[in-house]
Amino acid sequence: MNWSLLSQLLVNGVVVGMLYGVVAMCFVLIYKSTQVVNFAQGEFLVLGAWVCLWLVVDMEMHFAVAFVFTLVFMTIFGIILQMVVLRPLIGEPIISVIMVTIGLSIFFQSLMNWIFGNAAVAFPPVFETQSVQLFGLNIETAYLFSLVISLIIMLGFFYFFKYSRYGLAMRATAFDQQVAQSLGISVKSVFAMAWAISAVVSGIAGIVIGLVNSVSSALAFIGIKVFPAVILGGLDSIVGAVLGGVIIGMLENTAEFVDGQFLHWGNLYTIAPFYILIIVLMIKPYGLFGTKDIERI
Amino acid sequence: MSSTSLRPCGDFRTTYKADQSLFPTKWIFRWSVIGLIVLLCSPLLVDEYIISLLILVGIYGIAALGLNVLVGMTGQISLGHSAFFGFGAFSSAWLNTTTEIPVLITIPLAGLMTTAVGLIFGIPAARIKGLYLAIATLASQFILEDFFARAEWFTGGSSGSVAETAMFFGIPLDTDIRFFYLVLFWTVVSCIAVANLKRSRDGRALVAVRDHYLSAEIMGINLTKYRILAFGISSFFAGLGGALFGHYLGYVSAEGFTIILSIQFLAMIIIGGLGSVPGALMGAVFIVLLPEVMEALVSLVISSAPIFSGLEAGKAYIKEMSIGAAIILFLIFEPDGLAHRCGQIRKSIKLYPFSY
Repeated sequence: MNWSLLSQLLVNGVVVGMLYGVVAMCFVLIYKSTQVVNFAQGEFLVLGAWVCLWLVVDMEMHFAVAFVFTLVFMTIFGIILQMVVLRPLIGEPIISVIMVTIGLSIFFQSLMNWIFGNAAVAFPPVFETQSVQLFGLNIETAYLFSLVISLIIMLGFFYFFKYSRYGLAMRATAFDQQVAQSLGISVKSVFAMAWAISAVVSGIAGIVIGLVNSVSSALAFIGIKVFPAVILGGLDSIVGAVLGGVIIGMLENTAEFVDGQFLHWGNLYTIAPFYILIIVLMIKPYGLFGTKDIERI
Repeated sequence: MSSTSLRPCGDFRTTYKADQSLFPTKWIFRWSVIGLIVLLCSPLLVDEYIISLLILVGIYGIAALGLNVLVGMTGQISLGHSAFFGFGAFSSAWLNTTTEIPVLITIPLAGLMTTAVGLIFGIPAARIKGLYLAIATLASQFILEDFFARAEWFTGGSSGSVAETAMFFGIPLDTDIRFFYLVLFWTVVSCIAVANLKRSRDGRALVAVRDHYLSAEIMGINLTKYRILAFGISSFFAGLGGALFGHYLGYVSAEGFTIILSIQFLAMIIIGGLGSVPGALMGAVFIVLLPEVMEALVSLVISSAPIFSGLEAGKAYIKEMSIGAAIILFLIFEPDGLAHRCGQIRKSIKLYPFSY
């Protein structure tokens, strides 16, 4: 047993898992408040990362300024997307809603490949020191940064939903749209807000992952990896999304360790989460924290 | 009313027999026969390139028909159809090389093998539905893709496997025109089979499961059986189409059966019209022709306005984008698909000056 490799992989797993958790949170946010399953979540990430990279490299902005501009861009993007594409589909059957987000994902994937190119591009170094020593483990600064950002986002979500007026309006809408509407909540603006928040937070996650690895269209695969995380945690639970993300992140790194050390099958890293997904769906379809769908005749 | 030659404007059928007839009017039957004859003669009428497009339409059309049984008739969403399509392609090539059964027979046998796999992957459908099922089929897509890359005995691993040319009583079906007739045969058989399924007891049970599964269960329909059966039927057609595809290309590689193809199959049935047999074929025509049309369009724009010559480099991306855009636009503006639109056009022509 190679213990130092295992612990290193587990730390990576937690860091990557936190990011999965953040993306899963965005996914759950959209699902909970608008009943839309967003298959284009991965493209949001890539878009945020590319826009920030473009601002830093081509516009020669400081990283912090570019970061803020990206957030503004993603907000507008999310709102426009909801207004133009998703609003006409409110009340349509589930297959239409799934297919429209898949269509969006294809559209934006090829559009971004066209504009920004296929090759992976690394961010210019943003931090002065590349890695720090913590508890005898070598941790990249970008990882630490991503961990901090993830925690800040999670705390922000917690505060937003617990104490802010808009967060309460959102929770009310998620609970029952008609009741929320009759209490004077504008369901339309809640929907737009859900997409805007989701786009912004995915954009942040995209930038952070771009810092850790490099920016390319392959980042969109995280949008698919989110599914095991949300199914494990429960589709409509934000806490579950975070926990599911961390578990999936650690699990895939453990799978890689087992694969590399003992089995030598290859590719277990990408495929293990999907086996977990099938198993969870078979034995506990509503996940760890999801609400059970009780049907009355 | 099976004797009427024109369809009345409204539903005036009085017997179950008339309601369930395969061809509601004589003219629909006549037009189908004329269409079939035109297709049979098409190698004389059009050039080889169009024949190759027609072969693709036929192959994708068969697979889309299968998906339509699952999505359009039973209301279950599958994001893993191209994995079954690929499984059919691999199993036909594998059966042919290991057991030396002639290709013409391995093609339907591959369909049956795919049915078995489809039934296994359909088991989750017994417990879950809707969105959860969509995600489960997404997982099965990735698991099967991984299997294709790994099972060297079956698929030849990353190097792919060779699919022999089909032989028809000593005649090799090695040119597009010869292979076209094989594809046409299976397309017609599949269309008739699905159209007949819709009129049968099992087909009505599937539709009942889609429309209201609780009522269906109360009426005595075994939900588990029909949900898994729908998966089996749909994967049979996927495997059939895939086997034809493999022998058409002569070479099967795992890279061809990604989730993008699954999405294209879904796009076909949504664009064509959910639950409709001609719709699935129309959707296949649309998706096969869309890149060609975009190619022509881009060339036209560039030749008429040289300012846009930058578009030349982005042609491949424009083609991909057009598929995504087509899905979105159809869902927003024409959610019932081309088949529905055709019906509307036919009605408005028939009622022409007095449409109300």
